[in-house]
Amino acid sequence: MSESNSVGIVKAQVAHFTQPLTLKSGAVLPQYHLAYETYGELNAAKTNAVLICHALSGNHHVAGRYSPEDKYPGWWDNLVGPGKPLDTNKFFVIGLNNLGGCHGSSGPSSVNPLTDRPYSATFPVVTVEDWVESQARLLDYLGIDQLAAVIGGSLGGMQALHWNIVYPERVRHAFVIASAPNLTAQNMAFNEVARQAIITDPEFFDGDYYNHGTVPRRGLRIARMLGHITYLSDDAMGEKFGRKLRHGDVKYSFDVEFEMESYLRYQGDKFAGEFDANTYLRMTRALDYFDPALDYDGNLSKALSRAKAKFVVISFTTDWRFSPARSREIVQALLDNALPVKYAEVTSAHGHDAFLMPDAHYHAIMRAYLEQIKV
Amino acid sequence: MTNANITNIRPDFALITNWVQAKAKVLDLGCGDGTLLTHLHETLSTTGYGIEKDDGNWLAALKNGVDVIQMNLEEGLSGFEDQSFDTVILSQTLQAMHNTESIVHEMLRVGREIIVTFPNFGYWRNRLQITLGNMPVSKSLPYQWYDTPNVHLCTIHDFDHFCRQHNIQVIERKVITDGQDIHFLPNLLGNLAMYRLKRAA
Repeated sequence: MSESNSVGIVKAQVAHFTQPLTLKSGAVLPQYHLAYETYGELNAAKTNAVLICHALSGNHHVAGRYSPEDKYPGWWDNLVGPGKPLDTNKFFVIGLNNLGGCHGSSGPSSVNPLTDRPYSATFPVVTVEDWVESQARLLDYLGIDQLAAVIGGSLGGMQALHWNIVYPERVRHAFVIASAPNLTAQNMAFNEVARQAIITDPEFFDGDYYNHGTVPRRGLRIARMLGHITYLSDDAMGEKFGRKLRHGDVKYSFDVEFEMESYLRYQGDKFAGEFDANTYLRMTRALDYFDPALDYDGNLSKALSRAKAKFVVISFTTDWRFSPARSREIVQALLDNALPVKYAEVTSAHGHDAFLMPDAHYHAIMRAYLEQIKV
Repeated sequence: MTNANITNIRPDFALITNWVQAKAKVLDLGCGDGTLLTHLHETLSTTGYGIEKDDGNWLAALKNGVDVIQMNLEEGLSGFEDQSFDTVILSQTLQAMHNTESIVHEMLRVGREIIVTFPNFGYWRNRLQITLGNMPVSKSLPYQWYDTPNVHLCTIHDFDHFCRQHNIQVIERKVITDGQDIHFLPNLLGNLAMYRLKRAA
């Protein structure tokens, strides 16, 4: 049975790189590999490539399923596919797992070929800048000079933005969705609590848990529960769970009594079973460190002075972790540079999570703009 | 960018075109579906942006190829630098603004020149309906008193006074009714008022 508008059954690929990569921290990765997937066909002129940059917990599996029995499709399947807003009949779409990830690219849980053991805590701290550099090398590997578009939400939006700072000539259109030019202190504070939950888990062993046969599950679970609270809006949580009780009556215990608790624990457990704690630490650090204006006297407009792309910036009204005000800062910097930009503030009750949801207006914007891109 | 409205462009849009320089950088406040900006771009090679709050209009403007920013004009034009546009346009929206004074000041801050158009409440048909005891309802004021978005209606006399009071220089003024120029008793016979303004020196 084939799903309508689905890219269908997909297969991940791996690209190996032997040219050393000097990271922003100064550390050097002598070699590394990147897991990626592609959907659609690269045209002869190679002008229809679209790069999807993932957020905190995302990966290269953007659309489709690995087998017909797969319970869930890729994380942005509602956007990407034949006839969907990002139409794979027109575009060649690339998803990759960023360096430091835990889904197939070189990262703390992957084997260091120099030691034949997991990198573990020795895997360096990576940044948005490092990711964009490695993404550029993946494009070289695929023979693509210029992207029709780079698209990212949240942390992915930071990568999409940064592409225009370092490789302006390689991007024609950039989508910066539910993102920010840097994190506020409050936003970084959430990351710090998440990291502390992981680092203080007795099963963490300074990040070397692979060699101790343990998983810092409790820490990762709490980190994810905290994250989920911040990705939803008060209204969305109220609408979804309210004060609903799981068993009809309070039990004067500390077990799961409210529906909201059940949801958070389920999400935490699910995540702790499939994500790597060391990767989580690095992804949150990449968020913290991103601040492209820093090298330009704190002036984002100056940071973007070399940008050439046409931009689409989208925020969501109830997103308080990456609020519309932060997106407007990006828009302002683009306006200062007289760059083409379309900015939408989408009305949504779903908080930060909204950028992953198939809201009709949001997807109409994506579809209408992507239809206009000439390839 | 193509638009079927070009051949039948609204008369006030046609007049606005005469007040904009070729290749000007234009900001259109409440740009709707972007018809005016598209027309200006096609006839005068202008660049610039539209601002639109309504989702449906915003999307229509995007489809017309306009660089459109979704924001609420009541909150001003923060994000736009001083004197960064040649012309800032507010067409038939002034009367629906709550922060009327501040938006005009914001326009003068951001634009070297501004164009403001509004339905003239002093038009004789409006006066007649008031005289007969009713709030005016017409083609240019198509709302009932209870559902109108218009909160700051004014006459041409009122707006002239406003400009004098606020140190605003009127570069040009046009008054039209059904597309025809009105020179005689404009505040009585004119339906739509159009002003080209700048800060008085």
